[in-house]
Amino acid sequence: MPDPMKIRATLVGDSTEVKVLMSHEMESGQRKDAQGQPIPAWFIQVVTVTWNDKTVLSAQWGTAVSKNPFLSFKFKGGAKGDRIMVTWTDSRGDTRTDVASVA
Amino acid sequence: MNTWRGPAALFTLALASSALAQDTTSDEIAKYRAVLQEGNPAELWELRGADLWQQKRGPRQVSLQGCDLGLGAGVVKGAYAQLPRYFPDADRVQDLETRLVWCMVRQQGYTEAEAKRNPFGDGNEHKSDLEALTAYVASESRGVKMDVSLRHPKELEAYRLGEALFFFRAGTHDFACATCHGEDGKRIRLQELPNLTTANGAQKAYTTWPAYRVSQGELRTFEWRLYDCFRQQRFPELVLDSDVAIALTMYVARNANGASFDAPAIKR
Repeated sequence: MPDPMKIRATLVGDSTEVKVLMSHEMESGQRKDAQGQPIPAWFIQVVTVTWNDKTVLSAQWGTAVSKNPFLSFKFKGGAKGDRIMVTWTDSRGDTRTDVASVA
Repeated sequence: MNTWRGPAALFTLALASSALAQDTTSDEIAKYRAVLQEGNPAELWELRGADLWQQKRGPRQVSLQGCDLGLGAGVVKGAYAQLPRYFPDADRVQDLETRLVWCMVRQQGYTEAEAKRNPFGDGNEHKSDLEALTAYVASESRGVKMDVSLRHPKELEAYRLGEALFFFRAGTHDFACATCHGEDGKRIRLQELPNLTTANGAQKAYTTWPAYRVSQGELRTFEWRLYDCFRQQRFPELVLDSDVAIALTMYVARNANGASFDAPAIKR
């Protein structure tokens, strides 16, 4: 199973700032291994963030995103204790979901 | 006539920038680190390490929570800032990795080879448990003052050995640690090298390891730093938990006394 994400969600004025650190190889498919064989691409394709079951961010990612990606964004609204759920799905079909509450 | 202005302006710019190049480059690197610190992937290793610390593992199915890192069984907070230290039960000065291996063998029932396997991680297929545990334990000393003791004769002995090794010139390049790290203002390419013989230099260096190396996509420990310095010096491979590795760690850690520990950090 993939490693957990680190999620921080903090209230800033009237909006919520969400910061997510994901653990993923994000292999671009452009690299070769020691034997000269191409390393197959393997990366996060879809990222979804919901706030109390309402989708606040939905993204399609590609190979240009770094290894162990860091995502930071803000949305209007939010209150202390609200549930923030982050889900990613990668090109192998692996998926990981983690939950945090707004602080 | 406008065409003449371009080269003149460029020339002035070049003069100014060459004078400032060194300072501005290190400033820029510092800025780069500050921006990345917020999303430091080292936290992923800390999380995994915290989990490994609590998990019941090994043939005996016990957690590491009974492991004494010097402040009592299971006490992690502030432990890293006082390591390496003398442990009466092992009758030896140990750094964190050595102590972790010791606990994994004595308490969890691993063999020494199993405990030491994969000390430095390499991608997803070869994750290092030792690096993750080190990241976790070190993170619990963030903000704690470095306080490495030399009260026990063996601690003093390790420090003296570390000091001697630091200045010991050897290998194909006739290098010592001191060749690069014994003077202020030295650098490799654009990386400034800390003078580890001074408190200031040792503090800056020691308190920022372990660190996530962006160029490697891996978290690296201070032992890895020593290991790689040995490689760069064309020295024989540095053996983990050897007296040499512990003594050199002791030398730099002790020189860093008084500074506030601030790792896992992030480095280029």
